[in-house]
Amino acid sequence: MSSNSFAYNEQSGGGEATELGQEATSTISPSGAFGLFSSDLKKNEDLKQMLESTKDSAKLDAMKRIVGMIAKGKNASELFPAVVKNVASKNIEIKKLVYVYLVRYAEEQQDLALLSISTFQRALKDPNQLIRASALRVLSSIRVPIIVPIMMLAIKEASADLSPYVRKNAAHAIQKLYSLDPEQKEMLIEVIEKLLKDKSTLVAGSVVMAFEEVCPDRIDLIHKNYRKLCNLLVDVEEWGQVVIIHMLTRYARTQFVSPWKEDDGLEDNEKNFYESDDEQKEKTDQRKKPYTMDPDHRLLIRNTKPLLQSRNAAVVMAVAQLYWHISPKSEVGIISKSLVRLLRSNREVQYIVLQNIATMSIQRKGMFEPYLKSFYVRSTDPTMIKTLKLEILTNLANEANISTLLREFQTYVKSQDKQFAAATIQTIGRCATNISEVTDTCLNGLVCLLSNRDEIVVAESVVVIKKLLQMQPAQHGEIIKHMAKLLDSITVPVARASILWLIGENCERVPKIAPDVLRKMAKSFTSEDDLVKLQILNLGAKLYLTNSRQTKLLTQYILNLGKYDQNYDIRDRTRFIRQLIVPNEKSGALSKYAKKIFLAQKPAPLLESPFKVDRDHFQLGTLSHTLNTKATGYLELSNWPEVAPDPSVRNVEVIELAKEWTPAGKAKKENPAKKFYSESEEEEDSSDSSSDSESESGSASGEQDEGDSSDDSSEESSSEHGSDSESASEVGDKRTAKRNSKSKGKSADSSSEEESSSDSESESESESESESRKVTKEKEKKKTKQDRNPLTKDVSLLDLDDFNPVSTPVALPTPALSPSLIADLEGLNLSTSSSVISVNTPVFVPVKTHVLLHRMSGRGLAAHYFFPRQPCIFGDKMVSVQITLNNTTDRKIENIHIGGKKLPMGMQMHVFNPIESLEPEGSITVSMGIDFCDSTQTASFQLCTKDDCFNVNIQPPVGELLLPVAMSEKDFKKEQGMLTGMNETSTVIIAAPQNFTPSVILQKVVNVANVGVVPSGQDNIHRFAAKTVHSGSLMLVTVELKEGSTAQLIINTERTVIGSVLLRELKPVLSQG
Amino acid sequence: MIHSLFLINSSGDIFLEKHWKSVVSRSVCDYFFEAQERATEAENVPPVIPTPHHYLLSVYRHKIFFVAVIQTEVPPLFVIEFLHRVVDTFQDYFGVCSEPVIKDNVVVVYEVLEEMLDNGFPLATESNILKELIKPPTILRTVVNTITGMEKGETHRELPSWLPTGQLSSGALAKDWIDAIIDKSGSTITAEIQGVIDACVKLTGMPDLTLSFMNPRLLDDVSFHPCVRFKRWESERILSFIPPDGNFRLLSYHVSAQNLVAIPVYVKHNISFRDSSSLGRFEITVGPKQTMGKTIEGVIVTSQMPKGVLNMSLTPSQGTHTFDPVTKMLSWDVGKINPQKLPSLKGTMSLQAGASKPDENPTINLQFKIQQLAISGLKVNRLDMYGEKYKPFKGIKYMTKAGKFQVRT
Repeated sequence: MSSNSFAYNEQSGGGEATELGQEATSTISPSGAFGLFSSDLKKNEDLKQMLESTKDSAKLDAMKRIVGMIAKGKNASELFPAVVKNVASKNIEIKKLVYVYLVRYAEEQQDLALLSISTFQRALKDPNQLIRASALRVLSSIRVPIIVPIMMLAIKEASADLSPYVRKNAAHAIQKLYSLDPEQKEMLIEVIEKLLKDKSTLVAGSVVMAFEEVCPDRIDLIHKNYRKLCNLLVDVEEWGQVVIIHMLTRYARTQFVSPWKEDDGLEDNEKNFYESDDEQKEKTDQRKKPYTMDPDHRLLIRNTKPLLQSRNAAVVMAVAQLYWHISPKSEVGIISKSLVRLLRSNREVQYIVLQNIATMSIQRKGMFEPYLKSFYVRSTDPTMIKTLKLEILTNLANEANISTLLREFQTYVKSQDKQFAAATIQTIGRCATNISEVTDTCLNGLVCLLSNRDEIVVAESVVVIKKLLQMQPAQHGEIIKHMAKLLDSITVPVARASILWLIGENCERVPKIAPDVLRKMAKSFTSEDDLVKLQILNLGAKLYLTNSRQTKLLTQYILNLGKYDQNYDIRDRTRFIRQLIVPNEKSGALSKYAKKIFLAQKPAPLLESPFKVDRDHFQLGTLSHTLNTKATGYLELSNWPEVAPDPSVRNVEVIELAKEWTPAGKAKKENPAKKFYSESEEEEDSSDSSSDSESESGSASGEQDEGDSSDDSSEESSSEHGSDSESASEVGDKRTAKRNSKSKGKSADSSSEEESSSDSESESESESESESRKVTKEKEKKKTKQDRNPLTKDVSLLDLDDFNPVSTPVALPTPALSPSLIADLEGLNLSTSSSVISVNTPVFVPVKTHVLLHRMSGRGLAAHYFFPRQPCIFGDKMVSVQITLNNTTDRKIENIHIGGKKLPMGMQMHVFNPIESLEPEGSITVSMGIDFCDSTQTASFQLCTKDDCFNVNIQPPVGELLLPVAMSEKDFKKEQGMLTGMNETSTVIIAAPQNFTPSVILQKVVNVANVGVVPSGQDNIHRFAAKTVHSGSLMLVTVELKEGSTAQLIINTERTVIGSVLLRELKPVLSQG
Repeated sequence: MIHSLFLINSSGDIFLEKHWKSVVSRSVCDYFFEAQERATEAENVPPVIPTPHHYLLSVYRHKIFFVAVIQTEVPPLFVIEFLHRVVDTFQDYFGVCSEPVIKDNVVVVYEVLEEMLDNGFPLATESNILKELIKPPTILRTVVNTITGMEKGETHRELPSWLPTGQLSSGALAKDWIDAIIDKSGSTITAEIQGVIDACVKLTGMPDLTLSFMNPRLLDDVSFHPCVRFKRWESERILSFIPPDGNFRLLSYHVSAQNLVAIPVYVKHNISFRDSSSLGRFEITVGPKQTMGKTIEGVIVTSQMPKGVLNMSLTPSQGTHTFDPVTKMLSWDVGKINPQKLPSLKGTMSLQAGASKPDENPTINLQFKIQQLAISGLKVNRLDMYGEKYKPFKGIKYMTKAGKFQVRT
């Protein structure tokens, strides 16, 4: 292999050399060209040799030099074969550099790059998450179209990885693959959809970025994740925050109605001003309907607020634009302080922020007025910053602050930066027009500037004065006279032209001066600038019309000069004027109106900000806004919808479920306790209480009314169901029985089978049947009895890995429960674990049900799942999951079963037996077991009916991966002592004292996680113990109350990942009221 | 997002390039050079330059342009902030961020850049995480940058010197900056105080620190390091955080504007140009004002003289001064101010013959430092550690510095 590639190189090198030689022969001596080239070749040759070497140090040196070449932009592609061989190097340093090289050159050397793929594929399976992540990164960065399917596969796998870091990299890879092959869009959207559901803050930013790049229009993918994103936002890394906030801004503009109508601030004032009262009334009538903000809208605004305090300017700006675009006008004010804070940052940040402030300050002066002084210009600011600050100061100027501002402007005018001084003069002019009170002051100030030494300043002043005078002519004869004098000294054409124009316009007000000026100008006409010449012509024409006695000859002289000017514009103008004003036989009726034409009232110009060119229709904080042109990929911010789209799309299933589930579960009353206790949910609904459980209930609890329970069982509709569930539960039985005797278990099994058939035959028989079974199942019953009585000790000793009863189970309040429930309980008792849940205090844990398949997406088939918190009957490493299937259609759904499974490595699943048919409005609950391998990875599988297949996932909350363990305080302390250091995670919780009562803590902890209570000798310490289902590692939870309203939460476990996840989940629950 | 990055030195050489997506030819920088030419001064190069197919976003620091190439819409601050983060990281790694240093460490630079961005999207930007992934070069770390007048954001290095080495310790340095504009007559036009608390934490385990202030109300506007729990600050005005290792900026604050700012120095100046003669008079004196009995150190006076000034012949009563006839920059390194004997700088300026006198007198920029004093009056009440059993060394220092302190004359 090595020699091969070597040869390849030489060959190609030689080939190129000869080519070059051929080209060179005609001009330079071939040997010279050759020598030059070969020396270059030699240099790389030595690198190649180093790469071939067996020493890592030599390889590393070579790689470092190569990376140096890449950094300098030199071509190192020639070395590809030599480098790519080292991709599998054991040395991590070398490997990293090889990766750098590969990513740079793979695109150019596609075939050779393929050699490296298998290495990455192997690394993708590495147990180390960093290696997996980097392999995915490099693999997806190799822009070789052939490997698209491999990349797709890798992304799919990585998106279900245990490590959030790997999943984050998967999200990045999505964009890379998309840019390589846009055809993959649909598949990638699926992955995005899946990753959007991810709860890790590490992933959120990256996946939203991928969303923005691949499918920004698929806003429907966001609905379900909207609230989660809002809530996670504060904890996401800063770059992700920026992306998410921008995306949510767009989202909010499409999903909520405008909050601006109610408290229309300044913006609408102007408009209303012009509207007639009636119109106004109409408008308010329309708005009469009180506006209430969607809680989700509020949630976004509330949750972004803390981010104004971010140290990252981009985040602050993102929040600012969010407030600007979606919050009620009255609340926008809070962003100004933070934006002003950014002004103390680097010049580039200042530049962007000032631009945005400038746009905002045009629309809403009030926001930044308190910070006026922050926009004062420093002599050290770069010019672009100065101009922007000036712009903002102008926008903020009003009657109250104008005098301070003008004083400040005076300093600026004197600035050594003349460009800036000129801009200041423009600004003064704008202030003068905007605020009529100061027009005169400004004008006087500007006139003073006319005697400035600097020409640019003077010229700018003249131009501005001209504009100002035009707005209010009359009474300014003095100024015009002053300016006429300036003509002797000033040389800037624009200024001269302006003065001439002014004199021409006002020639009747300065009758003595005007002809004199014309005389002077006639003298210098030939040497003037074109711009000035035109104005001289104009002046002459105007004077000719008003004062022809004095100026007739002068004007004719000028017109003659103009006739032979080099510039055609001037010749043109001359001809035009001559025709118009000098009466001759040819001139038509028009010359009569010449005076009207030349001395018409001209509208005053508007002094507008050079900045205000509709920048405001771009979303703030975007590149497009900065450039004031639409940048590639700019996403328009839509207008608020008139009517808000259905807000319920954002509801996360749990709420919906309660409604939907109720009518379907007709066979059962909603009894959370029951849900909780019923271990094998196959027995739920009509198919429940097989004779097996009946018999147990009958025999075990004497007080049980046998008739009742058999009545219950008579509801059973189809014998199939019975036998199905029977056998399923039997497995559990078997397991229990195994320890006693295998044969016994088997016989029990067979007996139950017989029984189930007989059961369906006649109900009355079932009682006797169960009687007879007593004999065969003697052993088990004994156990059940023990269970019912507080004698769990031996059981737990026997079956420690199976069930973990809490040390002191309390007798169940049996009579209060419905008979069918009792029956259920009895069924459970067989596997001896119902007592497990009966933690010391009768705390009921409400069952959290999750949607597996929504009825809309399931074409009428709805599925929900929950974790019954029982040891699983299918395998002791499995978590039991109960699935309730509802048929919401009006026809039968047949053959419901589980199709293909897509499980992460190591994960196993025990499926329920196919359900033959489900009646309309019918509902059935089945039980499954999933071995999650102690991870919160999602189990994906297909739920199939006769006609369809639906992809569904189950993701376990971390608290459900546990089983309670009974333990004494002493044992607890001992175990805890062994699980310190790395195995310990802790946090401090702050909450109101009423949340720290023992019962509240107990309830909260048990709600979150399936743990057992450890009796505690101290009042201020609560202990809980559990073990993980798969590995059986202990999980010890301690809540230690401290003085004040704090508590320490400690978790000790070998499984630190689960431990920290649990810690994270427990913390907010315990700290909230 | 970010396609490529080019580093360009002041003479217009591209000395490093890095691409995160497919390669963008370096000829794209020609547009940048054009803009640079137009801007005449480096400071004036616009941070955002559109070109037909790309957008160039740049920051200018340490005499190096960091030019990022963008292809699609992106919040410009996102890129700019990131580029600044890159510079900060280099500085953290190498002590200084300069062309020779980057060239010498090109491999580390490359690896760091590789980790910081993936496909143009930031991946790891925290310097403590980066340092775990890529080891900083060790020899250079010892060469500590001693250049005075460092940029504001980069003065972390003042910290560790007074913290005991080889011991579990946590220290914080509260630094106030006074930004002020003083007008001709000596009255204050604007003055505000902002500051930061830089922390240096060398603790093992998962220490949970809380820092409380005697007078948190002083703080008007704050921004936090991401480790700070915002809720806690909102409700109790306490900084509660699990610190990352090493140096980091815990908090930046702005002191509310209602409080009058005590200006610790004054400048007496007498600068006059005369129309007729080609000589001008120049005299400035610096003195302490409200210093709460502390000494003002590290005083440096700089001033950009008008173009008409050809040369200056000055004698300082203490310190050294330089005048660069090309850039017209006057700089006077005063050192400490002794209240008994105020430092002054007197002399004459020779002006261009025949030219009219400049309209504006030069603005004087002042730098100074006051140890052991936070001019804002901010005081840390206590620093507590939870979650770990050992007793660490704890320390807090205060300092006041001049930010953008200008005196108009």
